[in-house]
Amino acid sequence: MLTDAKIRLAGVHKSFGPKQVLRGVDLEIRRAESLVVIGGSGTGKSVLIKNILGLMQPDSGTIHIDGQDTTHARGSARAAVMDKCGMLFQGGALFDSLPVWENVAFGLIQGKRMNRAQAREIALEKLGQVGLPPEVGALLPAELSGGMQKRVGLARAIATQPEIIFFDEPTTGLDPIMADVINNLIIKCVRQIGASALTITHDMASVRKIADRVAMLHEGKIIWCGSVRELDASGNAHVDQFIHGRAEGPIQMQVRS
Amino acid sequence: MTFVAAIGRTFLLFLSATGRFALFTGQAVSHCVRPPLYLRLLVRQMVDIGYYSLPVVGLTTLFAGMVLALQSYTGFARFNAEGAVATVVILSITRELGPVLAGLMVAGRVGAAMAAELGTMRVTEQIDALTTLSTNPFKYLITPRLLAATLMLPCLVLVGDVIGVFGGYLVGVYRLGFNPANYIQQSWDFLEYMDVVSGLVKAAVFGFVIALMGCYHGFNSERGAAGVGKATTNAVVSASILILIFNYLLTGLFFAD
Repeated sequence: MLTDAKIRLAGVHKSFGPKQVLRGVDLEIRRAESLVVIGGSGTGKSVLIKNILGLMQPDSGTIHIDGQDTTHARGSARAAVMDKCGMLFQGGALFDSLPVWENVAFGLIQGKRMNRAQAREIALEKLGQVGLPPEVGALLPAELSGGMQKRVGLARAIATQPEIIFFDEPTTGLDPIMADVINNLIIKCVRQIGASALTITHDMASVRKIADRVAMLHEGKIIWCGSVRELDASGNAHVDQFIHGRAEGPIQMQVRS
Repeated sequence: MTFVAAIGRTFLLFLSATGRFALFTGQAVSHCVRPPLYLRLLVRQMVDIGYYSLPVVGLTTLFAGMVLALQSYTGFARFNAEGAVATVVILSITRELGPVLAGLMVAGRVGAAMAAELGTMRVTEQIDALTTLSTNPFKYLITPRLLAATLMLPCLVLVGDVIGVFGGYLVGVYRLGFNPANYIQQSWDFLEYMDVVSGLVKAAVFGFVIALMGCYHGFNSERGAAGVGKATTNAVVSASILILIFNYLLTGLFFAD
């Protein structure tokens, strides 16, 4: 057992009715490392993150953050966990009714009880870090392009200087250039605040750029885990098929003819 | 056997839905009486529910009062009891029509809006984002809506009562030829304190029911546009039915001997 684990999952199971999504996930994210979980659509990648964050409760298994069992943490214990975390959602999940700066400052104002003027200053600084000018702060999320929304989401995720940042498919739906911009920003921001990062994606360009280690989730289990340098020589047929995007191989898609 | 199993399954689903709703209600109410309270959001909701519902409630009660005066006049003329029109109008409006019509109109306007807004927030992961930003979604989204609706419905009904009675006065005096002073005298003579108070208590209960239904269905909305549409419909239908049921129960409580 390694002592520098920031997050450790052991035997995590999660089902929805008869459908078993996670079937005993064992995974470890070390301090200040960027771990990327890959896997096909519907394999439970988002469910995995939601279980760690407490947005869902696992049926069995344990989740430790900084050595503390947070599997069923509630109330102030859960709030303490959330204070350590930031999250970039797949669709941005920006609050429609609030201007951009207030979205970024939300965790500071509501979570950390900072006064609005000070929080606004930090929000504009964070917007600058993700390459957005201060004028954007006054706009509503609906007035932004997809790429800008992702950047605002990233600024919000890092605004409270979290120790752990989760990225849920950060480049999905973006053009390749904007995807690369987001990847660069993720690397810059995560390194700048020295956070541990857990990213889930099936964008292999993103994986190769931002990952220190890669884990593959298939049929509810981690079937391979190794450094990004070992990815091409994993020796695992599932990983090999996935990273090369081949239709033929051990992973069979249910397609009706 | 299949038939029995289907009945059992439906019954279990009903029990689980009832349990979920009871837990949601308990949690919502407990957050209403525990700090912190988001005053800014509460005021915004009060303005949205109270002020912006005034035109629709005002128009509804105005025409209800006018129709009531006209109908009761033509009906009472058969018994030579036209003199009772003013009394019938004020009692009907304050005890029944004011709170029920205002409740139904607000259920359509506000209940639907709450369900649609929270449903959209659910499917776009904004509610999950609140949790990750150390903010309790119940405190931030549900409590202000529940409190605002419970506080503002009585205010709306009070204004609606005045407008409804004024509608009856307009028809009584300018169309049916009543003496203005006599009409007002007859309205006041038979009005009791309890007639108005019972209507206001009903309004507060209806306000709570409308917000609870809007929040519950929106908060638990299923995915996609269809899910949000279904949540909105369910919120309005269930609130409307519950308003009529509670109206009967409260009338029995206040006026049954």
